[in-house]
Amino acid sequence: MERRRILLCAGTGCISSGSLAVKEALLNELEKRGIADQFEIVTSGCHGFCEQGPIVIVHPEDIFYCRVQAEDVPELVEEYLVNGRVVDRLLFKDPISGEAVKNHMEIGFYAKQSRRVLHNCGVIDPENVDEYLAQGGYEGLKNALQMSPVEVIEEVKKSGLRGRGGAGFPTGLKWEFTYKAQGDKKYVVCNADEGDPGAFMDRSVLEGDPHAVIEGMLIAAYAIGADEGYVYVRAEYPLAIKRLRLAIEAANRLGYLGKNIMGTDFSFQLKIKEGAGAFVCGEETALLASIEGERGMPRPRPPFPANSGLWGKPTCLNNVETFANIPLIFRIGVEEYTKVGTERSKGTKIFALTGKINNTGLAEVPMGITMREIIFDIGGGIKGGKKFKAVQIGGPSGGCLPEEQLDLPVDYDSLTAAGAMMGSGGLVIMDEETCMVDLARFFLTFTQKESCGKCTPCREGTKRMLEILERITQGNGEDGDLEMLEELATTIKDSSLCGLGQTAPNPVLSTLRYFREEYEEHIYEKKCRAGVCTNLVSYFILPDKCVGCTVCARNCPVNAISGERKAPHEIDQSVCIKCGVCYEKCKFDAIILK
Amino acid sequence: MTKVNITINGQQLEVDASMTILEAAESAGIEIPTFCHDPELTRVGACRICVVEVAGARNLPAACTTPVSEGMVIETESERVIKARRVNLQLIWANHPQDCLTCEKTGSCKLQDYSYRYNVTGSPYQGEAKVFELDNTNPFFFRDLNKCIYCGKCVRKCFEVNGAGAIEFMYRGFNSKVTTAFDVPLEESSCVMCGMCVDVCPVGALTPLQGLHNNRPWEVEKVLTTCPYCGCGCTYYLHVKNDKIVGLTPNFEGPLKGHMCVKGRFGWDFVDSPDRLKTPLIKKDGEFVEATWDEALDLVASKFKEVRAQYGPDAIAGLSSARTTNEENYLFQKLLRSLGTNNVDHCARL
Amino acid sequence: MTNTINEVEDAKAIFVIGSNTTENHPVIGYRIKRAVKKGAKLIVADPRRIELCDYADVFLQLKPGTNIALLNAMAHVILKEGLADEEFIKARTENFDALKATVEKYTPEYAEKITGVPAENIIRAARIYAEAETASILYTMGVTQHTTGTDNVLSIANLALLTGNIGKPFSGVNPLRGQNNVQGACDMGALPDVFTGYQSVTDEKARAKFTQAWGVELSGTPGLTVTEMFSAAENRDIRAMYIMGENPYLSDPDSSHVRYCMEQLEFLVVQDLFLTETAKYADVVLPAVSWAEKEGTFVNTERRVQKVNQALKPRGKAKADWQIINEIGKRLGFGWNYRCAEDIFTEIAALTPSYAGINYERLGVTGINWPCPTEDHPGTPILHVGKFSRGLGRFSAVEHQDPAEKPDEDFPFLLTTGRVLYHYHTGTMTRRSKGLRKVLNEELMEINPHDAKALKLQESDLVKVSSRRGEVKSKVRITDRVPRGVVFMTFHFKETAANLLTSSHSCPTAKIPELKVTAVRVEKA
Repeated sequence: MERRRILLCAGTGCISSGSLAVKEALLNELEKRGIADQFEIVTSGCHGFCEQGPIVIVHPEDIFYCRVQAEDVPELVEEYLVNGRVVDRLLFKDPISGEAVKNHMEIGFYAKQSRRVLHNCGVIDPENVDEYLAQGGYEGLKNALQMSPVEVIEEVKKSGLRGRGGAGFPTGLKWEFTYKAQGDKKYVVCNADEGDPGAFMDRSVLEGDPHAVIEGMLIAAYAIGADEGYVYVRAEYPLAIKRLRLAIEAANRLGYLGKNIMGTDFSFQLKIKEGAGAFVCGEETALLASIEGERGMPRPRPPFPANSGLWGKPTCLNNVETFANIPLIFRIGVEEYTKVGTERSKGTKIFALTGKINNTGLAEVPMGITMREIIFDIGGGIKGGKKFKAVQIGGPSGGCLPEEQLDLPVDYDSLTAAGAMMGSGGLVIMDEETCMVDLARFFLTFTQKESCGKCTPCREGTKRMLEILERITQGNGEDGDLEMLEELATTIKDSSLCGLGQTAPNPVLSTLRYFREEYEEHIYEKKCRAGVCTNLVSYFILPDKCVGCTVCARNCPVNAISGERKAPHEIDQSVCIKCGVCYEKCKFDAIILK
Repeated sequence: MTKVNITINGQQLEVDASMTILEAAESAGIEIPTFCHDPELTRVGACRICVVEVAGARNLPAACTTPVSEGMVIETESERVIKARRVNLQLIWANHPQDCLTCEKTGSCKLQDYSYRYNVTGSPYQGEAKVFELDNTNPFFFRDLNKCIYCGKCVRKCFEVNGAGAIEFMYRGFNSKVTTAFDVPLEESSCVMCGMCVDVCPVGALTPLQGLHNNRPWEVEKVLTTCPYCGCGCTYYLHVKNDKIVGLTPNFEGPLKGHMCVKGRFGWDFVDSPDRLKTPLIKKDGEFVEATWDEALDLVASKFKEVRAQYGPDAIAGLSSARTTNEENYLFQKLLRSLGTNNVDHCARL
Repeated sequence: MTNTINEVEDAKAIFVIGSNTTENHPVIGYRIKRAVKKGAKLIVADPRRIELCDYADVFLQLKPGTNIALLNAMAHVILKEGLADEEFIKARTENFDALKATVEKYTPEYAEKITGVPAENIIRAARIYAEAETASILYTMGVTQHTTGTDNVLSIANLALLTGNIGKPFSGVNPLRGQNNVQGACDMGALPDVFTGYQSVTDEKARAKFTQAWGVELSGTPGLTVTEMFSAAENRDIRAMYIMGENPYLSDPDSSHVRYCMEQLEFLVVQDLFLTETAKYADVVLPAVSWAEKEGTFVNTERRVQKVNQALKPRGKAKADWQIINEIGKRLGFGWNYRCAEDIFTEIAALTPSYAGINYERLGVTGINWPCPTEDHPGTPILHVGKFSRGLGRFSAVEHQDPAEKPDEDFPFLLTTGRVLYHYHTGTMTRRSKGLRKVLNEELMEINPHDAKALKLQESDLVKVSSRRGEVKSKVRITDRVPRGVVFMTFHFKETAANLLTSSHSCPTAKIPELKVTAVRVEKA
């Protein structure tokens, strides 16, 4: 008898919202009813829709239940698994229409996606290599091993694959450089030091489909002539490390790693190096220094790692998502692979959607899709029906795009031209309540904290830029500050040692480019239109709306509000600390921000 | 050696392909400012003061780390380059004490030199500045980390040349500082006080105690000589002012590349030890009494003559010295041998 | 050194024996560490666990006075494992069979019994040294200050000959000179048997040359060495002595005996910067100037002649040593009239073939390595390239001999002496340096924790150390740098003059005293 397959998401997001307890309850319930043998419960990797977790999908019908808790399990079993009646209340509700959606692919979040790299994530049990093999795992490697290394590199070049870590360097070209570099020893290194705030693409891939990364690295190693590799993964990803470790063990056991792989002369051993949490270690030279046991600080390029990388040996360094693309290319072939994407940006890109958006989570989209489609179709639009203001793309190294840039096709070159960058794939969506100056300050706080301190412009310059931004957001901005910011930004971009410094001013420059008037309001009018910069806003009570309920006065922590019962109240501006409690508590919209 | 053709500031050059832009420029007599570069240390490209403009490059690459390539067109003093250098100098200034009037480094400070060269008279950037306590716990030099510009030459010299690895960068970003493991005092670290860090510091962060307040670079005469301690034969320049030694600069052009140890670098002050012998002494009735040179020398000559006449030349013996010069050893053995004896030796065996 | 200091950095293997390089020759120590970082293999042989051991691939912790057994056993392994450079041996050496016969019995196991070094470490060391493309040996007084000092050096040379590690870059037999101008003093003939450039006093041609140049009759009988001089003074064969810039009372073995001998002299002249312990026994003391107050040249350990320039005026009435000797020479009727140091150097170059091409002007900022026979010769950084100065390199068959003193019931410890980083020789200079004095100003005798425990000693406790010749009191430093049964002292501190303890047993050939092995007793004071 064919058993029904229940997929239970066990990515980091769903685990933290309780999916393991759901699994436990499910097992118990099925056991209790004596029907356990009719079901196969599979803990899978991430579905990307973490906001809706824990996610339970029942096959073959592909019914998608979300936010399932352990206490929902008896009902789910009784109603659906036994009696076949769909439990409506556990279905996904479309944020715009409010209608319940039964099937996975009918959900807007998934409908416009093109899940090719993530095709195994949420589908297979990542801790079971057999499931990977059943989905065509290691077939790409098998195909590659039948080619010569030069042919493999040629295929990658033809695929048009570009580095998914941010800069978009053609992967095939990088491999070719490493292949041609002289060296008695070569390395393949996978950059899994994902550090952009809010980004978790690489983690999801490692958690959901670790063998894909291993397979990609194997093909790279074969192509460039390496026999040893490292995955540099941040220690804050314990689940990814665990699954990767299990996958490496399994691959070693099955002869996909180790000596004479698949009966060829090709040998490759793979090690995991855990990073210690420095953002700059995502920069390739700092990452290599860290593997070598040195302080994680960038080194000058050239020499590029392709010529002199790990321990001075030629090293092919790509990120997780890039490697995860490789098996796909060799499994389905270049022709099929290149059907997706644009002329100069082939394939798909995974984005992490966060911020003021309805559907937060991970989405894999074809290159060339518009930002508008990502935000409004996949992301379900802005939360609370508010107005879209901007999207920050590429994390702290990237830039923001305003409403008028939303129809821009998402590919490497268009984004760069617009003053943003593809980056590793973080998308932070901002609504009208976001202050763009404060946003720039936020990102600069991050880069300034993560500056390693090696080079002058980044160490000293980001600090001064941050101080100016702080000054502006605190209402102490002065005439000339913007020019100073621009001068600093130019020099930091021009003269910093590594990518961190060279891109650190981007959030400031792009917000200045698109939202200069907000900066000017802060400086000259001492006004924050979004009402975020507390020094620049005041709370006022509208007498015609105030009914004198006294809720605000009772909740004010500093007793700044006075007024007779049933009479309009008033805020003493000299006492008010702008905490916003009154604003939140007022049921009559009588309190405003100015 | 493969050669490449490049253009620097409009000047066409054929240079070794293995050169950096900095080396190529130097070979053409074009000076590019540097803080963190030292020819014998790893190239780190940290200070960024040497950035230049290369046609076609997105950023301004550092001259000290970027290799030349065929057809490269380089501008070392373009408007964009000067702007970047000025801003970087202003950034350093904003986080650096402004006490040049009394700073020991005045006159030999690179920050001062380049600020002068690029007309940086102060910093428009106001804000937090680092505050470190002055460390004068060791007897040879003091550390004023407030003046540190993070070029890291001390760190590399200590690790790459000395091998002690006593100091490293600690903390990150704006909070970085160069210090010992666990931030213990230098004497408790693996530091061997060779002073090589002091001699490469481009600013006033590391200052020898010898000659303090008495050692303006333009006041001293520098005399090249050879160290009087072990047999390594390190050479250096003694700084002399008013007939006193007030400091020392290693001979970086010498065969040992200016490497030093604690004795050679700091142990020269015995010269003016108060108990130096300043006049000949003759022992009379068991006590030394001061004598003139003529009295002493006449006595020595007459005694040698007397002994030789009475007991033969081999009753005289001389111990020459491994401390004195060749000329003196030569003359010493010539003296003994001229007296008719080969009884001459020195402490080579000890 | 047969090779230069900078070459050490690029050797593929380095064998450091009897040299605490990082403390005594720091600048060479730096290069050893750099070589290791560049991938060189390092072998360290020393009774003490010196700093270099942290960088070593093999540490051979031999008992003091057992160098030959160790070196012969390494030769044994090299021969047995076929690691010798047959071609080099055939083309450039002689007496190989004698060596082969001698080292036959020095199996690593046999040597282990004598040296205390595990046989397997001897084998590893031999392989590292012999298999390296280029291997350099560095040694100092730990090898030479033994009754077998000369033989120790010969057995080092055997290893280099056996593997062809001489006469090529990054290799060689490299004694590190302990004092700024030992090399120069030897080059200048401040030795009882040679004129400048090692021209023998017994060689009539050489003697004739110097007789003619100097206008005096010269003795053809080699003179006495330092230790022999003092014994001769004791016997009253020597009546007058002239000591320039030396402090034998502290630096020579068996100080009490040295003092007694000096007291027997009819006339003693001491010429120095300070009223040293030796000068106190003088009849006339002549004030000399420091290196900073005069001009001249020093020769460093790699045979590099370098310039000393006058930076300061002479202090008080002090004069440069050459001026004083010149004055004495004048008064002795030799007709001398040297006006400056350069006058003397010109005479040296004229009489010394290996210096013939050197003059002050040529020295510049880098100096010149001798031999430099002509003015257009660039100098010779590496010796014995293509040909040894004597023709063929001669293997020497030498046997292990026990040191003159062995520990016994009365004197159960072996004392070995040396220097520390912060001081130099008898301390006349370094102890007058403010900073160095601040770092260290007293003896801290090193003793193993086990021995310290047995003697109920705590860190810095005062002990009485006595030998058959004398006793001193010293503080202790408890450390496993020294093995059990061995203690280490410096000779920097007159208050704890280690040479009151040492013996004047010396090597019969080189007359170098066995300062590295003295049987002593240690008691809590």
